[in-house]
Amino acid sequence: MSRALPDDDVRISPLRQRLGRLTGYWLALPGGLWLAIFFVIPMVYLLSLSLMTGDFINGFSQTFHVSTYWHTISLYHDQFVRSIIYAIIVTLLTIVLAYPMAYWIAMRGGRHKSTYLLIILLPFFVSFVIRTLQWQFILADNGFVLGTLKHLHLVGSDFHLLATPVAVICGLTYNYLPFMVLPLYVSIERLDPRLMEAANDLYASKLQALLRIVLPLTVPGIFAGVLMTFVPVASDFVNAQLLGGAKTTMIGNVIYTLYLTNNDYPAASALSFTLMGALLIGIFAYARALGTKDVMEAAAL
Amino acid sequence: MTPAELDPLAQADLRGMTQRRFSRRDIIHAAGLMAGAGLLAGCSVAGARASVIPEGYWADKKPTKFVDWAQWPLYIDVGKVHGRNTHPSVDAFTKATGIKVKYEEVIQDMDSFVGSIQPVLASHQATGYDLMVLTNGIYLTQMRELNYLVPLDHSRMPNFFKYADPTVKNPTYDPGNKFTVPWQSGITGIAYNPKYVKRPITSFDDLFDPAFKGKVGMFADNQDLPNLAIVGIGVDPAKSTESDWRRAAKRLTQQRNSGLVRAYYQQDYIAPLSKGDLWVTMAWSGDIFQANASTPGLDLKFVVPEQGGVVWTDNLCIPRYASNPVAAMELINFYYQPDIAAMVAEYVNYFTPVPEAKRYILADAKAATDKDDRESLLQIADSPLVFPTKAMESKLYRYATLKPEEVPVWNQIFEPVYES
Amino acid sequence: MTTSVKSAPVARRPKRKWTYYILPVYTWAVLLYLCLPIFVMILFGFNNTKGRYNITFQGFTLKWYKELFAIGGLTDALKNSLTIAVLATIISVAIGGALGMALGRYRFRGKGGVSLVVFAQIATPELVLGTSLLSLFLTLNIPRGYWTILLAHIMFCIPFVAVTVQARVAGLDGSLREAALDLGATPMVAFRKVTLPMIMPGILAGALLSFALSIDDFVTTSFNAGQTVTFPLWVYGSSRLGIPAQVNVMGTLIFLFGVILAAYSILAGRRKKN
Repeated sequence: MSRALPDDDVRISPLRQRLGRLTGYWLALPGGLWLAIFFVIPMVYLLSLSLMTGDFINGFSQTFHVSTYWHTISLYHDQFVRSIIYAIIVTLLTIVLAYPMAYWIAMRGGRHKSTYLLIILLPFFVSFVIRTLQWQFILADNGFVLGTLKHLHLVGSDFHLLATPVAVICGLTYNYLPFMVLPLYVSIERLDPRLMEAANDLYASKLQALLRIVLPLTVPGIFAGVLMTFVPVASDFVNAQLLGGAKTTMIGNVIYTLYLTNNDYPAASALSFTLMGALLIGIFAYARALGTKDVMEAAAL
Repeated sequence: MTPAELDPLAQADLRGMTQRRFSRRDIIHAAGLMAGAGLLAGCSVAGARASVIPEGYWADKKPTKFVDWAQWPLYIDVGKVHGRNTHPSVDAFTKATGIKVKYEEVIQDMDSFVGSIQPVLASHQATGYDLMVLTNGIYLTQMRELNYLVPLDHSRMPNFFKYADPTVKNPTYDPGNKFTVPWQSGITGIAYNPKYVKRPITSFDDLFDPAFKGKVGMFADNQDLPNLAIVGIGVDPAKSTESDWRRAAKRLTQQRNSGLVRAYYQQDYIAPLSKGDLWVTMAWSGDIFQANASTPGLDLKFVVPEQGGVVWTDNLCIPRYASNPVAAMELINFYYQPDIAAMVAEYVNYFTPVPEAKRYILADAKAATDKDDRESLLQIADSPLVFPTKAMESKLYRYATLKPEEVPVWNQIFEPVYES
Repeated sequence: MTTSVKSAPVARRPKRKWTYYILPVYTWAVLLYLCLPIFVMILFGFNNTKGRYNITFQGFTLKWYKELFAIGGLTDALKNSLTIAVLATIISVAIGGALGMALGRYRFRGKGGVSLVVFAQIATPELVLGTSLLSLFLTLNIPRGYWTILLAHIMFCIPFVAVTVQARVAGLDGSLREAALDLGATPMVAFRKVTLPMIMPGILAGALLSFALSIDDFVTTSFNAGQTVTFPLWVYGSSRLGIPAQVNVMGTLIFLFGVILAAYSILAGRRKKN
């Protein structure tokens, strides 16, 4: 793909030309500055805050006190591990749920493709918090789902989903499913249908075609989908708060409480920073395992 | 239609996520920049304590015609005019004084409310509120310690001294009512839904009954949960020691680990209790009354356990840097008029600080045309949960009063119970 | 799923095996699952609830639509959300669009670094975006409120706009613009008359995305809101007490607005193609 570069501007006056060469800078400046001030620099402050000591009343000062990290991680490692486990389960669930659907829409959706995609996007038009609250209602112990099952004696009368890890995982899976479907759809839709025909001509079974052709070629889509689900799920706190109960607290809930109610800023930012570090390492390890270069080149197609 | 047009979100994200657009050198550069900036950021977070408010604070304060009031939801009388929810007692105040009230139901719980105003006050800015309602306990003490509360002008609140119940004057958490006067008080006890619980609940130990496995609700806070548990193990919180705290926390941890507790709730326990998701739960007295009154067919029960309940008080107080403190004082004084206190008590069903209000509630009951209304008003006037009896008072305990250095110890003992 | 794919035919056959229908049925089941909470939300906006708790369906009513603005705090929160979303959309489209143009069309020093930041921002969990901004505001002693929410929203919208616009610009044919310049158009005119119309779909998509992200944002906002309350924050806070039916109604109206907008864009796209 050829890109139009400022060399296009050769036919204008030298002054214009010089200004033209600067256009890229002018265009990039406001956005770059904004991101620098409100994204990059805050990261530094996050790190800096995590190394301070003190208390809310008398203030915090910089002491490069690294042991806050060990202390808070040992206090909250249960919640940390739980968040990662939930995120792995939810990511796997969304792949399993999303792949067949994305495949069918991309391959057989015909002229209704856009309608299906619109339906997948519909939930985004309703606030995330409201959607999650509706699950609180749907999964209620005597709500219409469990109430009916109990009436039919399919489950015991004291069976419940709300306030259990199952409810939290269900809520998370629901909320992040579209983020998996869309990238998968895009990567499957880009496949050349002739590839499948060729596989068929060469007497590959459907299963072989799927495993040998479709899956490998859609790895970039899976990669993008995993990024877009795993990262937000691991740091979510709304689902655990609204659907969870005793022993479902995630690391996000802890960070929220430490920042906003306990005013224990160093501990809170230490946990935030650790979470971010853990996720980044995870992403890079994962990209490595898949072969980063191939992934990126395939996606650039 | 191409996928790019149809679904720019997925398309763009996919590219954004996966396209190779930067080199390893870029990453090293960025890391270097971050490290450089890190040196700059070796600063500090200012302390939150403000200077003491001087004696002559009230000398230069002029009356104004506006007051901004931060309140908890559903904590005042409600009427309806032209389809809009109104508060008749607030309207009566505006009519009597000409002072406009901005009534804001912004306090969902002490933690997050105090968490939202403290940083503002710490930077010497006005919160925008002239009057707010804070529960006694750790946060109120902290606000006072930080000099964030304005000492009340006692000359502007004659009604308080005339009508307030002697038991609410001069509380331990605010000697001499220097900074606060009570709005309402309430009890933390146990509520249950008799539809599912077929025996009377009487004791704190009922929260540990294996028959209620997974159907017990507890509070997720560092006040009511610890204090009720301390009362539950037979200790007066006001006299409790660290070893009592640990014993109470151990009891609560066992309760959680044996799967009894469904969840730790903030204020959201009423809906699950009504639906049957919860059978027995820690609860606030007024909530149960309001839930029963506002939902037909609902009959939740509230009990003060035999070991005792915890009584708390929500207090009116004026935040520092408030722009309308004189109007706020007028409002405080107004709500200590017995007829106004009665309007509030009839609706919220918590302990009213004005015993005289009972007379007005009885008069309203007499005048009521609707039979149901009359009965509920009589019930309120008679309720030991609105006008406490001696017998009730003997069963109630106040929160433990913690010294600032004890707060972190207390938090580290009880927080792991509900942040689990 | 493997079995179903295995037996799904590639070429059309007159008679279809039952296995052909597994995937469509499955897809519709998942679609239904995705939409279930929306149905519940809409339904309970019509619930004639008597008390504080909108739990059981007690009869049909339109009264919550009539009393939509009866709760002052909720109305204020919605106003905050709407104004922040509009402002954040306009500003992030302007800034992010320019950034996207720069990344897609021009060469400049530091381009790789800017790309890295854009990528990193999209990959960073929202929780960390929120807490790091909070750390900045705390350290610099900046009170949080309406304006800090707006700053944060613009921050997380910019990369999405930039990436959508960049994708669009990179796919453009440069020769049209060259032709315009050949015919004597100034770069400004060439931009307005040629480039802008061509990248418009990218800009519109970025704007839609920004608006949706901003109006629904909970995580970043909750850390940087201070005393200001937005619609999602209000709903989250009131969920502890029982959500008034007005929330369902507002949710329904926002939903309808979004659906109409999206359906319109699809129909418009289809018409253009035809």
